[in-house]
Amino acid sequence: MTDRIADPWGERTPYGAAQQWPSRVDTYLVDELIPDDVDRWVQSAAVLHSNGDALDIAVKDGRMVGVRGREHDRVNRGRVDPKDLFGWQANASPDRLTTPLIRSNGRLVQTDWDTAMSAVVKMSKQLLDDFGPSALGFYTSGQLFLEEYYTLGVIAHGAIGTNHVDGNTRLCTATAAEALKESFGCDGQPGSYNDVDHADVIALYGHNVAETQTVLWMRMLDRLHGGDPPAIVCVDPRRTPVAQHATVHLAPLPGTNVALMNGLLHEIIENGWVDDDYVEAHAVGFEELRKRVAEFPPERAAHICDVSAADIRDAARLLGNAQRLLSTVLQGFYQSHQATAAAVQVNNIHIIRGMLGRPGCGVLQMNGQPTAENTRECGADGDLAGFRNWSNDSHVGELAELWNIDVSQIPHYAPPTHAMQMFRYAEQGTLRLLWVSATNPAVSLPELHRIRSILAQERLFLVVQDIFLTETAELADVVLPAAAWGEKTGTFTNVDRTVHLSEKAVEPPGQARPDLDIFLDYARRMDFRDRDGERLPPWTDPESAFAAWQRCSSGRPCDYTGLSYEKLRGDSGIQWPCNAENPDGTERLYADGRFWAAPDYCEAYGKDLITGAPLEPTEYRAMNPDGKAIIKAAEYIPAHEVPSDKYPLVLITGRTVYHFHTRTKTGRVPELVAAAPDVWVELAEVDARRLGVTEGDVVTVTTPRGSVVAKARITAVRPGVLFLPFHYGYWDVDDAKRNHQRAANELTLTDWDPASKQPIFKTAAARVSLDPAATPRRQVL
Amino acid sequence: MKLGLALRELHRSELKLARALDAVAARHHNDHGIHHVAKDLTHWSREHVALIAETGDRYGVRLRAHPRTAAATRQAQQWISDRVGRRPEPSLLLLADLRRLHRLAAGVSLDWELLAQGAQAAEDDRLLELTKRCHPQALRQMRWANAMLKELSPQALAT
Repeated sequence: MTDRIADPWGERTPYGAAQQWPSRVDTYLVDELIPDDVDRWVQSAAVLHSNGDALDIAVKDGRMVGVRGREHDRVNRGRVDPKDLFGWQANASPDRLTTPLIRSNGRLVQTDWDTAMSAVVKMSKQLLDDFGPSALGFYTSGQLFLEEYYTLGVIAHGAIGTNHVDGNTRLCTATAAEALKESFGCDGQPGSYNDVDHADVIALYGHNVAETQTVLWMRMLDRLHGGDPPAIVCVDPRRTPVAQHATVHLAPLPGTNVALMNGLLHEIIENGWVDDDYVEAHAVGFEELRKRVAEFPPERAAHICDVSAADIRDAARLLGNAQRLLSTVLQGFYQSHQATAAAVQVNNIHIIRGMLGRPGCGVLQMNGQPTAENTRECGADGDLAGFRNWSNDSHVGELAELWNIDVSQIPHYAPPTHAMQMFRYAEQGTLRLLWVSATNPAVSLPELHRIRSILAQERLFLVVQDIFLTETAELADVVLPAAAWGEKTGTFTNVDRTVHLSEKAVEPPGQARPDLDIFLDYARRMDFRDRDGERLPPWTDPESAFAAWQRCSSGRPCDYTGLSYEKLRGDSGIQWPCNAENPDGTERLYADGRFWAAPDYCEAYGKDLITGAPLEPTEYRAMNPDGKAIIKAAEYIPAHEVPSDKYPLVLITGRTVYHFHTRTKTGRVPELVAAAPDVWVELAEVDARRLGVTEGDVVTVTTPRGSVVAKARITAVRPGVLFLPFHYGYWDVDDAKRNHQRAANELTLTDWDPASKQPIFKTAAARVSLDPAATPRRQVL
Repeated sequence: MKLGLALRELHRSELKLARALDAVAARHHNDHGIHHVAKDLTHWSREHVALIAETGDRYGVRLRAHPRTAAATRQAQQWISDRVGRRPEPSLLLLADLRRLHRLAAGVSLDWELLAQGAQAAEDDRLLELTKRCHPQALRQMRWANAMLKELSPQALAT
């Protein structure tokens, strides 16, 4: 095997259009072990990105010793992302949390489970008595398992009755979900990874797949190296590996995606590349789109986005003449200004071109995290379980029946509270207990000095459940040590709806416990009961939680009723819906133009893309009585923070292939740390020259909210734009020395998309100066 | 013809809404979802004011196209908002402000409706086009205020 740090994508296995992607089994074992040395191979899938690569964990003498890709799985056909090849080693890191911690005299000290849980239960009961359920909030993850999210959702929405449940999926996948709801009335990924095998044009919008989902990129690369390769359209302000392979690369100014999309749609409509019959039969709203994009001839879009009008025309020609168009969208759209409005325009291209539900014709509104899809399905992320509609009383009634509680106990008087609003309530002092599981808001949320000050408040009781003492856990009142992936059993679902089983391979360290057990322990100690006085939730282990979820999913789009742990122990993961009708799962949604958008069935009635105001049920019914796809147009609105004399550059944040999230795991893996040890900032050569910065100089990046000190890398990012990776926090550096000048989110602004409520990380005005201490010979600019 | 009169009234009500939106954006600087959207929606009203003034010329009404909408105290209000951001009381003030915005936007919406009726009776296509462009945005401003009231009131009132 090649050096997968130097070459993250490994060797090519070229294939042609409509052929099966050849398998390539990637294996990594420590200590020069060979596969025959391994005692057991335990089935699982990757948890350091959202691709869902199936792999087996190698176990020898009761410890993990490596991983191997699963050759016959539909997602990866044996391949493993470099993070996953090495990342499992973090499980055995010596600084794992092994006992609960409790704050005493201002310091976190070791304690036992009984003391820790009693403190949480006592505070919960007191707050419920004094202030009611709205004083409690839960902020979870995109990294737990389905069974855990569903359990948390039932506890929070059902047993407690708080509206404040969200996940850090708000930061990675909220816009994907919202864009699908806006266009198709319901969440649910239309496309399939197999569409890569068939597409003649692949368009990637703000999606640096080469680093975020390396195995999916390997598949695209293999198509590019085979016969009849697809054309690539890339929209990204950076010259990413995707951009380098693109037929057309558009690098718009950050914050102008809607103008660009309107320009592309203008060309597609103007040139008559519209499938009129499909639109007539299967969609509503086309006239409004036609009118809106008429305002965006390529010259106008080019002017706003600072790209060439000829490139817009070239890109539109590819999109408009594609026979099998696959589009993917990620954070360049989701974490940027007008996130949902822009992502919806990608759906619009597919609707007006009739490119859905057929091989090669798919949309992949991507996720960032491995189990983000499950947060969405299970109602742990500001939705109700089973893609149920909070403003449809009969849907809420179904949940009340399932959980055997009064319907009034499930809050549905307003949309479920999104994460940023939960932190606002905590800031105002009306949310008094926040339970954070498997995520690290003290590094991942925008404007960190504000977030730290909220989390550090005396009046906020902060519970943190994690596998390491994260920056967030350091601020907690109670810390609960959790079992990691590989130390517990459960299922999770990737971007293209593929469900995998992940089995327990080794024991968790010390007293660490599976997240499911922790949630259930809390429920028992709180003595939650249903209408008949039975325990709520009634289940006791992963498989019984999965069975309960199957009942909840029955008849809904994300139908799991045809699955079982036994079935998932087969050769490959299986795509939902999987039920009696589709016993082997469902490859693509929306074949033959049939959608889940009927007023009585849909998950959401949609929102105003500019104001975020939800449509009333009657408005939706009038607009879309027959449950067709919904074409939604959007006006372009300039970004909320634009460059000025004082802050002349635009800062965007993002990822590197070698790290995941806030490096809680990947920062403890020698190979990955060596590959990307510390924060850097990318700037364009023309900007560097103007500022007198050369490669490797230590510079200070400043926005109105703070500063980050980083080494400069001069790259092919578009002029006027700075790029900072967001992974780096403070747990592995001397905090006092770095003075909170390492995390990219010191610089980002508090703002979110009005429709998806996803925070905006990619439009902040910034300036760069040479660090006077590190480079004393030069003048500060 | 009283269309000039209707335009003058609309100019007054749109300007009042623009100023109210701007004031809310400043007063709730620390409620970021309100602050940013209110600023965006101020732009709509400002644009409407300019269009009405431009149209007024044809009806012999002289109206200012770009009157000041930001309060002189905006900076001070933002400063105060950031200082009292830790207290729950501003959430009640926010409800009152949203309620007022809703009433103002409803008034603007009605004024556009009146103008549209007049334009149809007078067979004034250009004027009708203007109402078709602006009236929907007034309704969206109103629905936004309503939606935010619905979303934020439970926590403000019940905790």
